Amino acid sequence: MSNGLSRRRLITSGLAAAAGASGLVYSARLASRHGLIPPDNGGIWGVGETLTYAAQRILTSHHSLAREFHRSQISRVIPVNGEPPKTEPFAHLSRDGFVDWRLKVDGLVARPASFSLDQLKRFRSRTQITHQACEEGWSFIAEWTGVPLSTVLNFVGVGSRARYIVFFAFDDFWDSLDLADAFHPQTLLTYGMNGEELPAGHGAPLRLRVARQLGYKSVKYLSHILVTNTLKHIGKGLGSGAPEVGYSWYAGI
Amino acid sequence: MAGFTYTSGIVIQQSDVRRPLRHTALVRITHWVFTLSFFGLLVSGFAIILAHPHFYWGETGAIGTPSLFDLPLPTMTGGPSGWGRSLHFLSAWIAIFTGLLYFTSGILTQHFRNQLFPALASMSWRVLRATALDHLRLKRPVDRGSYNIFQRLAYLAVIFLLFPMMIVTGFAMSPAITSVVPQFVTVFGGQQTARTLHFFLTVVLVLFLAVHVAMVILAGFAARMRAMITGRPGPTKERS
Repeated sequence: MSNGLSRRRLITSGLAAAAGASGLVYSARLASRHGLIPPDNGGIWGVGETLTYAAQRILTSHHSLAREFHRSQISRVIPVNGEPPKTEPFAHLSRDGFVDWRLKVDGLVARPASFSLDQLKRFRSRTQITHQACEEGWSFIAEWTGVPLSTVLNFVGVGSRARYIVFFAFDDFWDSLDLADAFHPQTLLTYGMNGEELPAGHGAPLRLRVARQLGYKSVKYLSHILVTNTLKHIGKGLGSGAPEVGYSWYAGI
Repeated sequence: MAGFTYTSGIVIQQSDVRRPLRHTALVRITHWVFTLSFFGLLVSGFAIILAHPHFYWGETGAIGTPSLFDLPLPTMTGGPSGWGRSLHFLSAWIAIFTGLLYFTSGILTQHFRNQLFPALASMSWRVLRATALDHLRLKRPVDRGSYNIFQRLAYLAVIFLLFPMMIVTGFAMSPAITSVVPQFVTVFGGQQTARTLHFFLTVVLVLFLAVHVAMVILAGFAARMRAMITGRPGPTKERS
């Protein structure tokens, strides 16, 4: 009797294990096809990163809006994290009020382009008051003015094979967004903050603002936007400079 | 030496077999997996705090704004909070899956109803007072094979109040999740309040853990550990 029971148990658990394994392989394939695998999916933290990214991409609709606030809620103290790049090309551009600065947009686009600050300001702008948290734990509320990234992307015509938008900065930092966050209405290329020109410490002349992720995704001192279908050949292939120093690529938290 | 049965070479004493297990396999496995993930969350939470050991009330807070309190810890940026957050989320996922398994099985097997929800009769002042007096006198607990009223209330509070609050205050710190359900943060009145509550809840859970472990030691560490590992508190009387 007990032998029969254990054999039945063995067969059921074997079948369950096989079903589980093939289920895992199938869901991994499905997840990859639907863009639910983050570029930093390897290593011991990869499983957690993938679960968090996939779950949030499934649960958050592409255009769910981050909370917006009233003008009276704008923080009086807005700490500056880091300093503007000290390299000569950047210092030169800064001295001249960024008149010679250009934002290069290329990669998998129909019409690669280079924009001056004035050209970007001529697009229809969006102003929003949002909360921004640093991964360290502190946070502030500020008003941001800029051109929605989607406007610029639609202007240059993003190719159908594109999957990621990569951002390069003058301080050698770089990061990337998936299309859900890149085309999100609150994702801006900002040149104004709290009704004034974007201050030097907050990323002048142009800073990316990603309202649904932590502060470090909002790359400062932008110089170049690249549209691509793979992140494998940029840096260490982890999608951003952040995972190279131990931080997650996806920071929707 | 009465009553042995043989199952694939393992000798099991009949008296043991008939007695119901103190803890089912599912409760035992989820208990220890959850213990591991809880320590993962605790250690990583501490690592994350090191990047900014200051706590605020309301929506925002930063160096230069008044804090609610500051922990006497060194500020360490650019390191611990990186792996800390990765470990925090991996542990949180394990805790969520384990918790869901425990929760669903607790309902299906009526574990909550039979072992945790107090019978109405036991909610009387007489029982509460008697149990409280036993505790105050540090009376060594008698093994009645079921939880007393205080244990039941403590476990219920942890399972149905503290852990859900922990999850919601965690969600409140996610700009992506609150873009879908803003109430997760607005109900607390702000993201920094949620962060502070997340920390307070940790303190309460650690206090619960301290009492939990103290009671296990008081009730007989070896027997209680054996019960949570093998399912049985110890060798039965009938052993020759």
